[in-house]
Amino acid sequence: MNFLATLRVALSALRVNKLRSALTMLGIIIGVGAVITMVAVGAGAQARVEDQIKSLGSNLIIVLSGNFTLGGARQGSGTQPTITEDDAYALQREVQGVQVAAPSLRGSGQVVFGNSNWATQIQGTTPEFLEARQWEVASGKAFDQSQVDSAAKVVLLGQTVAKSLFGEADPVGETVRIRRVPHQVVGLLERKGQSMIGQDQDDLVLIPITTARKRVLGGQQVKSRNVQSITVRVRDGADMPATEQEMRDLMRQRHKLSANQEDDFFLRNLSEVLAAQEASSKVLAYLLAAIASVSLVVGGIGIMNIMLVSVTERTREIGLRMAVGARGRDILTQFLVEAVTLALIGGLIGIVIGGAASIAVGYFAGWRTEVSMASVVLAVGFSGAIGVFFGFYPARTASRLAPIDALRHE
Amino acid sequence: MLIETHDLTKVYHLGETEVHALAGVSVDIAAGEFVAVMGPSGSGKSTFMNVIGCLDVPTSGAYRFNGEDVAGLSTDELAGIRNRSIGFVFQQFNLLPRTSAVDNVELPLLYSGVPAHERRERALQKLEQVGLYSRSGHHPAQLSGGQQQRVAIARALVNEPKLILADEPTGALDSATSLEVMALLQELNRGGITIVVVTHEQDIANFASRLLAFRDGRVIADTRNAPADAAAALAARRTAGADAIAVAALAARPPADPAWSGPAVRG
Repeated sequence: MNFLATLRVALSALRVNKLRSALTMLGIIIGVGAVITMVAVGAGAQARVEDQIKSLGSNLIIVLSGNFTLGGARQGSGTQPTITEDDAYALQREVQGVQVAAPSLRGSGQVVFGNSNWATQIQGTTPEFLEARQWEVASGKAFDQSQVDSAAKVVLLGQTVAKSLFGEADPVGETVRIRRVPHQVVGLLERKGQSMIGQDQDDLVLIPITTARKRVLGGQQVKSRNVQSITVRVRDGADMPATEQEMRDLMRQRHKLSANQEDDFFLRNLSEVLAAQEASSKVLAYLLAAIASVSLVVGGIGIMNIMLVSVTERTREIGLRMAVGARGRDILTQFLVEAVTLALIGGLIGIVIGGAASIAVGYFAGWRTEVSMASVVLAVGFSGAIGVFFGFYPARTASRLAPIDALRHE
Repeated sequence: MLIETHDLTKVYHLGETEVHALAGVSVDIAAGEFVAVMGPSGSGKSTFMNVIGCLDVPTSGAYRFNGEDVAGLSTDELAGIRNRSIGFVFQQFNLLPRTSAVDNVELPLLYSGVPAHERRERALQKLEQVGLYSRSGHHPAQLSGGQQQRVAIARALVNEPKLILADEPTGALDSATSLEVMALLQELNRGGITIVVVTHEQDIANFASRLLAFRDGRVIADTRNAPADAAAALAARRTAGADAIAVAALAARPPADPAWSGPAVRG
């Protein structure tokens, strides 16, 4: 008996008992639907974490100044200015895996426009900083290298600062005073939002590092080349740990440290914190999928139950089929195909319903959901496997009936 | 010989008691015979039919079907013999419900790997032969008892079997339709198909050319019979009306020859 004929026999048997077939499928439909929806919700949560990582920069390495020891007490990082602008330029030039390295000088102070003012962080840096942080300019444009070289009095405003000083008005072209030094606003940064520890990343102004050193932050910094941090972006696809090691070697070499001396700088890598977050969201996704798959198993037991009833009910039919020449394996195949067909049709309907439910959840609950191709393939495969697994016992029972007993069955 | 049995026994165990459904049956049936197997219920006639139909295996004894020793065959091989060489007709028709007549007739071909278009063609041809071509799309529930039995006969015929086994084929039919079915079987027999009918009705047995009487698992009589012509009886009944059935049946039936005793009985 060829497969196509078997399939037709199975389909017609399912058609004969439409309501029963539909109810049997319901278990699988709900199971598959639940798996698809839950995986979509889980994947959505994961994607959100990944986006956060992207906004912070997963391949960022921050180089910070080292500490110094004061009367036996070791002070915190950045207390001793050990790293310089030139370290930044060297890192960018000499380390293969480094895309950009931007030095930063930080201070805080009052920014004034007209009769409003705002205390914020003032950061002197180079245009590379925006590339390192993947930060776009919302309006206007960023300052360029020539403006850095000439210590131009230009400023890029963060969204929070712009809102405090200008409300909804466009600040580009206006002049603000930063620590009393007038600067022309050349651009408005895009919104970056809160960092993962709740800091407002938009509460800052960016000015050329030279301007910061010579005109704004002043003090002892005027003469030195020291900076507080270097923001380094590692190339996409570059080996993170290897790049970090190369950077460390270069820095040690530049700072003339001998093998037994400690580093006089720190390398901070943000991706570790975020990897932990990502892992926890993955656990959530697996948990949801595991709970949902329980209903799949229940659906499978429903199929087995109905197939057993069906075998008992159709014993005479089985006897007749055997009398006209069906072999045991023909009967086995017939009932197995019936069970698998039930499970697969249920699975396909479940995918449609699960997909619709995912969209509905995304729409009404405002969660991000992502129906993945993998979960669809998995659901189809799993429901097919359930059909085989739970259909096998009833099918084998049918195939082992003695033809004469089956024919006489009342 | 199409069927050769030697000392067949069949023992069932019902709890503590042993039931000897067959207690040594040796019968030969030649190709082209029309045999009626008779006997009261429990006489072993149904068991005998199941064994020669390869639906059941004997406890002991030898059975050769068409020259082949059946005792040594696997269940799959037995299924193959049933499929290719034997057609079954049952008292309750055993058609698949909610399945069209033509699909029912196709059923045996499904298990012999005949391609779909050929299955349909052959099934329709057999339905035509039993006079139900126009009803090929009807479900069993839409057919009368006689029509259902004719569909069942078409199904038995579809694989061109050597042997048709009919177990009480008229048991669920009224007398007129019974005659129709017997006429059809006689016609098939004239076409060369061996037919074995199990019945407990003498009227039906009279259409056969040989009578086998069973009692307590043994053959107690094996007689030749000059068969009545079912088609003629049917025609007479139609012209004479219902009252004349008995007369017509008697007229169509030559007297049996009591002197002739079956040499085929050896057991």
